[in-house]
Amino acid sequence: MTVETAAGATPPEPELVQLLTPEGLRVPNEHYDALIADITGDDVRAMYRDLVLGRRVDGEAVALQRQGELGLWASLLGQEAAQVGSARALRAQDHVFPTYREHAVAFCRGVDPVKLLALFRGVDQGSWDAAETNFHLYTIVIGAQTLHATGYAMGIQRDGAIGTGDPDRDAAVIAYFGDGATSQGDVNEAFIWASVTNAPVVFFCQNNQWAISEPLERQTRVPLYRRAAGFGFPGVRVDGNDVLACLAVTREALQRARDGEGPTLVEAFTYRMGAHTTTDDPTRYRLNAELEHWKLKDPIERVKAFMVRGDLADQAFFDGVEAEAEELAVHLRAACRALPDPTPTSIFDHVYVEPTPDLVAQRESMTTYLDSFAEEVAR
Amino acid sequence: MTDQPTGVQKLNIIKAINAGLRRSMEHDAKVLVMGEDVGKLGGVFRVTDGLQKDFGEDRVIDTPLAESGIIGTAVGLALRGYRPVCEIQFDGFVYPGYDQIVNQVAKMHFRSGGRLRLPMVIRIPYGGSIGAVEHHSESPEAYFAHTPGLKVVTCSNPLDAYWMIQQAIRLDDPVVFFEPKRRYYEKAEVDMDARDGILPLESARVALPGTDATVAAYGPMVKTCLDAAAAAADDGRSLEVIDLRTLSPLDLRAVYDSVRRTGRLVVVHEAQRTLGVGAEVAARVTEECFYSLEAPVQRVTGYDTPYPPARVEEEYLPDLDRVLDAVDRTFAF
Ligand SMILES: Cc1ncc(C[n+]2csc(CCOP(=O)(O)OP(=O)(O)O)c2C)c(N)n1
Repeated sequence: MTVETAAGATPPEPELVQLLTPEGLRVPNEHYDALIADITGDDVRAMYRDLVLGRRVDGEAVALQRQGELGLWASLLGQEAAQVGSARALRAQDHVFPTYREHAVAFCRGVDPVKLLALFRGVDQGSWDAAETNFHLYTIVIGAQTLHATGYAMGIQRDGAIGTGDPDRDAAVIAYFGDGATSQGDVNEAFIWASVTNAPVVFFCQNNQWAISEPLERQTRVPLYRRAAGFGFPGVRVDGNDVLACLAVTREALQRARDGEGPTLVEAFTYRMGAHTTTDDPTRYRLNAELEHWKLKDPIERVKAFMVRGDLADQAFFDGVEAEAEELAVHLRAACRALPDPTPTSIFDHVYVEPTPDLVAQRESMTTYLDSFAEEVAR
Repeated sequence: MTDQPTGVQKLNIIKAINAGLRRSMEHDAKVLVMGEDVGKLGGVFRVTDGLQKDFGEDRVIDTPLAESGIIGTAVGLALRGYRPVCEIQFDGFVYPGYDQIVNQVAKMHFRSGGRLRLPMVIRIPYGGSIGAVEHHSESPEAYFAHTPGLKVVTCSNPLDAYWMIQQAIRLDDPVVFFEPKRRYYEKAEVDMDARDGILPLESARVALPGTDATVAAYGPMVKTCLDAAAAAADDGRSLEVIDLRTLSPLDLRAVYDSVRRTGRLVVVHEAQRTLGVGAEVAARVTEECFYSLEAPVQRVTGYDTPYPPARVEEEYLPDLDRVLDAVDRTFAF
C-alpha cells in the first residue's frame, strides 16, 4: 500500500467567485455585483492603497528580520487581496480573531504596524488594545482562535446585537485561519458550535495551498468550502487574489451573520508567495513553476490593471501611493530599531491581576540578583 | 539500504537522533515516523531529514495538522503492533494532543490489566533561548512526569540522543522524549556501534565527578551546569554534575550517592519552579539524605511566570551565574 496523494481524486475546479480576472477585466456576476454596487472610484483607490501599504509593511518586516531586528516574521505576500477585501467588508463594531499572518487586516483595522513588529521582535506578545480596534491578539496555536471567535459571537448574540436592522448596532465576528488549521479539532468544534448556536461568525479560511511543507492534499480530500455543508451552514469559495470578490463575498457573509442568519465559511483560494516564515525553506518542498504560475495572478497588479483600464487613477496617484509606502517603510525601520527591550522584572507584571506573594518574592530576588552585578561593577 | 554512519562520528543532536531513528527503522519494519512536516521538509529542525526519501511515505508520514489526531492515531497503530514515533513540532503545541496522551496513552496498559501495550514515542523539542515567539520555548515536562503510565526522558548530548531514542523506541511502554532544542546544534563524538557501556534508558549519569557540591540537571541545563562547574573549578571548588536523563521514573540513586559525599545539592531546570521536577528532587533527597545535608537543597529554575518575550528570556532562564550563586548559598550555611 502507498499513501497516495489526493491529486488523482481532485474534482474539477469548483465554482470560484471572481469579479476581476488576473488581467484586470471586470467579470459581471449577477449575484455579487449588487453587493459592491456602492463601491466608488475612491473606494477602489483606497483599497489599492491598503494593498500596497500592506505589502510594504510585510516586505519591510522581512528585511528587518534579515537584518536581525526581528526574531521571526510570517509573510503575507500573495494574500493581500484576501486580507484587504475581507477587512474592508467589516464595520467598526465587528470583531476580528486573527492568526499570525493577518498583517494587512491589522493595518485596515488601524493597528499600528510597529506593534506587530514588537511582537515578532520579542519585545512583547501583543501590545495592541483589542478594545480600540476590535482586532484581537494574534494566535499562534493553530485553530484556537476559531473557538474564541465563536464564543465571542455567541456573546454578541446574547447581547441582542444582531438582527435589529440597525446597521450601526448589528455586529459580526470574523475568524481567520489557514487551510492546515481545518484539520484541527478546535476548528471542527468551532464549526459545530457556530452551527448549532447559529452564532454570528464568519470563518475566513485563507487557503494558501500550504501548511508549512504540507500541501492541501495532506489536510483534505474535498474542497474546503464544501465542508460547511456537513456542519449545516453555507460555504463559498472566492478568488483570494481578487480584492473585489473577497469584499463582496465577505460582505454577504458578515451581513448574514449580523442579520441573525448564522455562520458562513469563506474559502479564499490564494497562494503564499513567500516562505512560511523567515525560518522556512520552501525550495525543499515546492516547485518554482507553481510560484511562477501564481505570480501571474498577483492581487495588486490586477487591481492596477483594472484601474488603468477604467481610468480610475493616473500615474500621479500610483506614484503618490508608492511615495507613501516608502515613507511608511522609513518610519517602520526607525521605529522598530527604537523599540526598547522590556526590563527584566517586567516578566512578573500581569501574570495575575494582583501579584501573588510568591511572585513578589521572586521579583525581589531577581532584582537583588541583578543589582549584585551592578555592585560588582561599581566595586 | 541507507547510509547509516558507523564507527565514531562527530555529530550534533539533530544528526544523532536522525541516525538513531534510521537505525531503529532499519532494525524493525514496524517503526513509523509521523508528524507535521516530517516528510519532505525533514521536520522544522530537520531531525527526520532524508527518512522519507529512504523509507517511503508509508513509514514517514506527513500527518494532517492535528496533534490530537497524531497521538490518537498512533495509539491505534501501536495497538495494531506498530511502533509509531510521533513528532510534536514545538513544546507549546503538544496540548491539543494532551488529552490523548494523559487519558489514553498513559492509561491503556493499566486499564487493560496489562493486556494491551502502547510501544510509542512522542518526541518534543523543548526549552528556550532560541529567540522564538510564544509557545516555542516551553518546558512542559512536569505535566507528563506527573502522569503515571508514561516514561519521560530527556537527552543532553549527541551520544545520549543517539542511543536513548533507540532505547525509547524499543521499550514497550509509551515514552515522552524531550529534545533540548537550544543544544540541537552542539557537536560531540558518538560511538555508533558500541552497545557496551551504554546506560540503560532509565538511569541518571554522572556527567562530571566532583567533591564539594552536587548539581543535578537535565536536558538543556546540563551544559549550563558543566560550564558553571568549569568556572567553579577556576575558583578551586569542585562540583559534581549529574544529568538526570530520566524524569519518570526519576533515577535518584546517583544523586543520593553524590549528596552523601558532598553534603550539598543544587537542582537546575528551565521550567517554572513551583511543583516542578526540582521540587520532587529536593523532597526525595531530603527524605533520603537528611543527615548528610549541610544545607537546604537549592533550586535554580525559571520563574513562575508564563515564558516571557524573547528579549527578556535570558533573564528568565537559569544561567551559569545563577547556578554559581545557588552553590554559594549552599556554602553559606
Ligand atoms: C497546534 C499547533 N501545531 C503546530 C503548529 C506549528 N505550525 C505553525 S504554522 C503551521 C502551519 C499552518 O498552516 P495553515 O493553517 O495552512 O496556515 P498558514 O501558515 O499557511 O497561513 C504549523 C504546523 C502550531 N503553531 N500550532
